[in-house]
Amino acid sequence: MSFHLILFLAFGAVCVGGAVNLLAQRHPINSALSLIAVMAALAGEYLLLGAEFVAAVQVIVYAGAIMVLFVFVIMLLNAGEEEETKGSRVALLLGVPGVLTGSVLTAWVVLRHSGTEAVPIGALPGHPTDIAQLLFHDFLLPFEVTSVLILIAIMGAVVLASKPESTARKVD
Amino acid sequence: MSVGVFILVSVIKSVIVLIVLLTAVAYTVWLERKVVGHMQNRWGPTRVGPFGLLQPAADGLKFLFKEDLTPPHVYKPLFLAAPMMALIFALTSISVIPFGNSITIGRMNIPLQITDVNIGLLLILGVTSMGVYGVALAGWSSNNKYSLLGGLRASAQMVSYEIALGLSLVGVLMQSGSFSLRAIVEAQGGRFLHIIPRWNIFHGQFIGFFIYLMAAYAETNRIPFDLPEAETELVAGYHTEYSAMKFAMFFMAEYANMITVACLATLLFFGGWNGPLFGPELLQAVLPVFWFGAKIFCFLFLYIWVRGTLPRFRYDQLMSFGWKFLLPLAIANLVATAIAVAW
Repeated sequence: MSFHLILFLAFGAVCVGGAVNLLAQRHPINSALSLIAVMAALAGEYLLLGAEFVAAVQVIVYAGAIMVLFVFVIMLLNAGEEEETKGSRVALLLGVPGVLTGSVLTAWVVLRHSGTEAVPIGALPGHPTDIAQLLFHDFLLPFEVTSVLILIAIMGAVVLASKPESTARKVD
Repeated sequence: MSVGVFILVSVIKSVIVLIVLLTAVAYTVWLERKVVGHMQNRWGPTRVGPFGLLQPAADGLKFLFKEDLTPPHVYKPLFLAAPMMALIFALTSISVIPFGNSITIGRMNIPLQITDVNIGLLLILGVTSMGVYGVALAGWSSNNKYSLLGGLRASAQMVSYEIALGLSLVGVLMQSGSFSLRAIVEAQGGRFLHIIPRWNIFHGQFIGFFIYLMAAYAETNRIPFDLPEAETELVAGYHTEYSAMKFAMFFMAEYANMITVACLATLLFFGGWNGPLFGPELLQAVLPVFWFGAKIFCFLFLYIWVRGTLPRFRYDQLMSFGWKFLLPLAIANLVATAIAVAW
């Protein structure tokens, strides 16, 4: 077993462990931190597959920026421990077997019937120039359309969050 | 190079860099106390050793022997983890910083850098963006309203200024065409008209450097952007409840971050270890590292100078400066550089 494979399995274990811990924790901040661990471990997996740029972006965007906002919101709301209700017990009883079956099915379909092959370690296009070539040349139109879509979403959020003009003036 | 030799060389380099970094952290604190002291017509530390040079050692011993207090109302796991996270992320980013050319020992060519990865700059950005958690979680887990406010301010400030920081670096990236810090420095070798060094700051990135400097001050929570620990309003901000070595870890993290930021400014805008080379062969081998160190020293001095000069901004000033001035300026700089490069 190569050193790379050992590392890959270790990161995978951290990933799965973090995800299970995310669900098991009662306190939202612990769950958020588990999610950060999952994101960071995923970045490690990308790095091992040779996708350095994607790994760095994974850390900067997901672990570094989006999760900061999650933690920020949890801190601001001062969210307390999660309470156990009847609904949550039912969800636990049905959810765990459901998720297990679902993931086994997905894995089976992907491995046997989709025609995709396993990626050898270090084989993905990872160099920033490769990614740039893909983003700004091969997939330029989808990339730009997506950015416009995100811009529209931001503007929509601003409009929804802003107060009507009359009340805003009163506050001033 | 076989795997064993590679690991041995890496470990030796890591140990040396870590020792140098931690010593630099300790003596930056000394320098700051000394310089700010003289600016305020005081002497600064003078008692321990000549010129107070042993003061950092005395401080370190004091931190070690103080009672390690954990207040009863804190959320313990995160209260303990937060200073470690802050320090770990602060120390990690030094691993991709190159501090000189390579040296040759026997038949081995050893680059003066722990590791050269082709996403070096992105790695540093990623690690610094993770550094927010140390401060934010310290504030939250202390369960104290001043700490919480400090933590909230820190995370809002760091997230806001990270955007301007990132955009200010894109200009440099476009000019050098690589994320590798070594390649960026090597692109800055040579001179214009045989006199002016070909550093990025003289190569059209002056505004980029200005934006970087402002954003870097905010990222490291230094005056005039030290809102997260504003003493006059928040006691000590996010580290109010911390004492002894746990407090020292935040302190070390802050100064290590300052040094990283200074290293990055030197590498990206001031030509890294490029500088005049002269004299015998041995001197020529040492000079690049010396130039690199000298440039970092200038940045650290600037940090302290600014601290001795400027008052603290108000929070709304901080936010509007970041979003309404720095961000548009960074985008304008980006567009101008793109046009110039495409020309």
